[in-house]
Formats: sequence, C-alpha cells, structure tokens
Amino acid sequence: MDNGLLFAAGGLGVFLIGAWAVVLRAHLIRKILALNLMSSGAFLLLVGAGAIGHAGVDPVPQAMVITGIVVSISATALGLAIVLRIAKTTGRALLPEDRERTPTDRPLR
Amino acid sequence: MRADRWHRHLLRLVLGLALLAVAAGVSLALMTAPVAPGLGDAIHGALPGAAAANPVTAVLLDFRGYDTLLEMAVLTAALAGVWSLGRAHRTRPTNPSPVLIGLTRVIAPLFPMICGYLLWVGADGPGGAFQAGAVLATAAVLYVLSERRPGPRLPEQPMRAGAVAGLGVFLAVALGVMAGGGRFLEYPAPLGSGLLLLIETAAAVGIALILAGLFIGGRPGGGDG
Repeated sequence: MDNGLLFAAGGLGVFLIGAWAVVLRAHLIRKILALNLMSSGAFLLLVGAGAIGHAGVDPVPQAMVITGIVVSISATALGLAIVLRIAKTTGRALLPEDRERTPTDRPLR
Repeated sequence: MRADRWHRHLLRLVLGLALLAVAAGVSLALMTAPVAPGLGDAIHGALPGAAAANPVTAVLLDFRGYDTLLEMAVLTAALAGVWSLGRAHRTRPTNPSPVLIGLTRVIAPLFPMICGYLLWVGADGPGGAFQAGAVLATAAVLYVLSERRPGPRLPEQPMRAGAVAGLGVFLAVALGVMAGGGRFLEYPAPLGSGLLLLIETAAAVGIALILAGLFIGGRPGGGDG
C-alpha cells in the first residue's frame, strides 16, 4: 500500500474521531482536545495526500502544514485561556447551553 | 427526560451519518484521482531564482511570503487576546524537583545553540524560524517551570517589545524593499538570503517569546488577577 495513502487514511480517521467528540462532549477542555485532534488529522491528511504517488517531497503541503501547526497552537492557547476565564467566572467549564442542561451533581463528560 | 434521551440518540445518529459521508467523500477523492499533479515541479523549477535553497523555506518565506507574514500576525493577535484576559495567575509556591532544576541547568546552554543552528541551516535544509522559535520557547517554558513561583515574574516590557519584533521586522523588510523599487515582499536578488536570515532571526525570537507568553496564560508582571 502507498505510504501517502496510509497516512492520509490515518489522518482522516483521527479527524473524524475529533469531530465526533467536539460535538458530543460538553466539557470545554475536552472540546479543545477534540479540536486539536481534528487539526492534527487534517495536517496528516494534507501531507499524506501530497505524498501519494510521488517519489520526492511536495514542499507546498509541508509549508501549509507548518503554518497550520503554528496557527493551531496559538488558537489552542487562546481557547484554553478563555476556558480558564469561563471556569473562573461561572464555576464550570461549560458552554451556556450545556450549563443549563447538565446537572451540577453529575460528573462532566 | 425521555424526550431528552431521544434527542441525544437522534443527534448521534445524524452526526454519525454526516461523518460517514465525509469519510466516504474524502476516501473516494483519495482513491480515484491522484491529488492533482502537485506544485512540486513548479517549485523546483523556480528554486534557482529564490532567496533560499530549501524548497520548504522558499515556499514559506519567498513564494508564499504573505502566508507567513499573516501567520506572524495571527500569533501576535493570539498573544494580545490571551494578555487581554488578565494577568497571569500567581500560582501557589511549588518545589520544583531537583532533577528538573539540574537538568535545566545542564541543557540550558544547548537551546540557543540549537536555535542558531536551525536558523542557519534553514536556508538549505530542514529547519527554519518556526523550529528555532519552538526550541527557544522550550527553554523559556523550562525556565518558568523550574522557578519557585512559576509564571508571572517574566519581565513585561521586554516581552512586549520582543513579541512584536517578529511581525515588526518582517513588515519593515517587506515595506523597505519597496523603497528600492521592488514590490511588497519581493527580495532584491543580491540581498535576498541576508534579508531572509534577518526576518527569520526576528521571527524566531518573536515566536519564542509569544509561545512563552501563551504558556503562562496571561499578562506577565506579577499581580493576582
């Protein structure tokens, strides 16, 4: 099997796992983790797809991914800072809709 | 309660079907057609005229300079966002493990050296400003972690100046070449590699300070807010 195809398929799988969790998990830290999974999957998919059937390295996907990694790091840091602020203000790391829905005596998932 | 559970099952079903559709679509696209011819040949063809010999560096800083310039802007904006949320938390005093302190002392001198090497080699091989900046940021994070009171004691003013240095120098060079008759982000041939090294050095320092600033999670300078 083509190496690039293998990486692209793995990236697609990681992306889907992240997308599943970002919708279904209420805790904001889990949502941020899931978003990170999604972006890692997208990077792997991009680099893998760029390597399918090539002997050499296509520098364009690599440059795009290195740009994407840096942007994803800064977005994650900003998201975490905002989650800390939300938790400090409301007492729980949840979005407003989930706050109404989730009873306080149940552990967060 | 029953309606609530029904809603949750429906959500899972719809989400599962949507994700399956995405998986099927992407797999089909990957399996059937080769993903375009790619731009690899075009890049390798244009490489002799570029300011860097490494194709990835050439794409990042020469052919697609806009991307990298705006990426520095995103980093700087993220730091401004985090700092605007308040000062870094004064964490409770910790007792960093002697192993951590000893290790930090031993490997601290290596970080600037590796950073300089990655910067220098980036023109011809794998390396460059982002890798170098990440290595320097690791040094800063280790320093913060091995402090007794991690975080807020990083000096505020130098960090402010350094964090915008990457974007500032990049913009200054990009605009400066226009004074010599070039276009925005166009490096004149004899100066090209020198200008790239200048941009990359400033970017590495800026990225390191920005990542360290993001790590402490708030405006530095102490305080408890």
